[in-house]
This record gives sequence, C-alpha cells and structure tokens, in this order.
Amino acid sequence: MSSASGQQHPLGIYLKVWILLFVLSLFSYMVDYLHVQGPLRWTLVLVFMALKAGFIMAIFMHVMWERMALALTILGPPSILLLLILLMAIEGNYTESARVQYLGHDPMATPGHVSH
Amino acid sequence: MSHSSTLAEAGNNQDGLSGLVKDWSTDKQTYHVPWGKAMMWIFLVSDTFIFSCFLVGYMTVRVSTTDPWPLATEVFALSFFGSDPIPLILIALMTFVLITSSGTMALAVNYGYRRDRKKTVLLMIATAALGATFVGMQAFEWSKLIGYGVRPWSNPWGAPQFGSVFYMVTGFHGLHVSAGVIYLLLVARKVWRGDYEKKGYEIVEITGLYWHFVDLVWVFIFAFFYLL
Repeated sequence: MSSASGQQHPLGIYLKVWILLFVLSLFSYMVDYLHVQGPLRWTLVLVFMALKAGFIMAIFMHVMWERMALALTILGPPSILLLLILLMAIEGNYTESARVQYLGHDPMATPGHVSH
Repeated sequence: MSHSSTLAEAGNNQDGLSGLVKDWSTDKQTYHVPWGKAMMWIFLVSDTFIFSCFLVGYMTVRVSTTDPWPLATEVFALSFFGSDPIPLILIALMTFVLITSSGTMALAVNYGYRRDRKKTVLLMIATAALGATFVGMQAFEWSKLIGYGVRPWSNPWGAPQFGSVFYMVTGFHGLHVSAGVIYLLLVARKVWRGDYEKKGYEIVEITGLYWHFVDLVWVFIFAFFYLL
C-alpha cells in the first residue's frame, strides 16, 4: 500500500482553512467596498493577502508538513524577490521625480471617472 | 524501513534543521518525495519568478508614470438589473469561485489518498468546472474593458500602462487556469480508469499543487492590481 506514504490529513483542517479563506477574501473586498483609504488600506490589504497566501501554501499545498529541505527549496529562492522589489521601487520613484523635475509633468493629476 | 516510520518521517517535519543537513548530505537523494512532486515544485518556483517579474514590472511602471492611474474600483464595477454599479463585484465573485475550486481540489487530494476513486473524480471535475467558470467570467471582464476602449496602449481614464498590465497579467493567469482545467480533466480521466491503483495517488496531489498555485497567484493579483 504505497498511498499511505503521501500527505494524508484529516478533512476538518481543509474545511476550516477553506472557510478562513472565504472570510479573509470577504474582508479584503470590504476594504474596497467601505472605501478605506491611505496607509490603513495598504496595511489591511497586504495583511489579508499574506494570510491567504500563507494558509494556501502551508495547508493546501502541504508545505508545513514537508521536510525542511523541500520547504527551503520552495521558499528560499523567491525571497530574493524582496530585493528586486526594493530596487525597482527606488528606480521607479527616481524616474517619476525626474519626469516631474525635468519634463514638468503634474504628478497630482486625478484619473477620469468611469461611466457605466 | 518500516511503513509506519516512513509515514512519521514524511508526516510532521520533525527533523527540522538537522533533517535539512541530513537530506542535503546524502549520497543518493535529497528530496524524500516522488520525483513528479519535486519536479512540479521546481516548475512552480520558476513560474513564481515569471509572475513576480510581471508584478514587479507593474509596480515599476505604476510608480514611475506621472499620469493618473485609473480607479480599479470604478473600472470593475458592475450593475445588475439597472442597479447602481457595485464596485469590484465581478472580481470578488471570481475570487470566491477560485477559492471554492481550491477547496474542492484539496478534498480531491484527500479522497485520492483514501483511494475513493469516485469522490476523487467528482471533486476534480467540480474543480475543473469552477476553473472554467472563472475563465468565462474573465472573458466577460475582458469584453467589457474592450468595450470601454481599454487597449494595451491607451484607455479613457489615465495612464496607458493600465491596459498593458491588465491584459498581460490577467491574460497570463487565465492561460494558467485554462491549462489547469485541461490538466485536471486528463488526470481525472486516468483516475476514473484506475490507472493509478498500483502506483498510488500522488499524481492527484501533484495536480493539486499546480491548481493551488494558480489560486495563490490570484491572491497577489487581486491585492496588487485590483485593491491597491
């Protein structure tokens, strides 16, 4: 019986995580629906995103039950992306400030409204 | 090695750091999982970099443009039967459809290991159907935006990069979902025929890894493109 060597866990934990993902998605939708703006919006959206991603990986994709050799192979290399994000944020901000300073662009223009 | 000790070893990450050292210093095999699962994980890590390049590129153009960024909450609003437009409602529904499909997939993996073929096949078909629904809703969303005049090079509201990012990111994700639907149906057919009775049902877990990854990518797209 080779099947027992795989990832086998009680059904209950999947159902609990499933409900949790629904609730977290609802929360992130409510952030938009209730027009939460500014730093609070960023914080809430990113926290709910991180929680959802964490639960999907840990439970649904079984990473929390894998041996550390595999878990680090999965999580290690992508962590270098944080550096790429940092560098590109610096680069993007520099480009924007150059466009404002030398090309006279207006960074405060507001987007057009959508008519349905 | 006895059967129960294999289960314990695979089951709870107990060896931690010393297990990591032990696994990497073996002569024969580092990853104690079926080779198909290791290869799927390596593919998913590479795919992570592809989607990350898209999302980091999106961040870069959005930060650097001085044109105003269109308001996603208005662009993706939808009215039903002449009601006021509900902000972002279609995207919220798509998110719920995809999460539901992840749930049915997780159950399919579980029933696969229990060797309940009928439930496994039914849950995989349900997952594929929900995935197809998602792609259908996305096609509807694309047609709406094309109708508004959103193009990869321009749109009526602000920064032209909005269109290029939208079509590229959601298009590539939708392609992944479509491929996943086909993959799920192919594996479900083989499960139904009993092809894995001898080999074991790791294949369902491997298919599930791909499917959960597609859901995982959507979590980031939903947050960064639609909500922020």
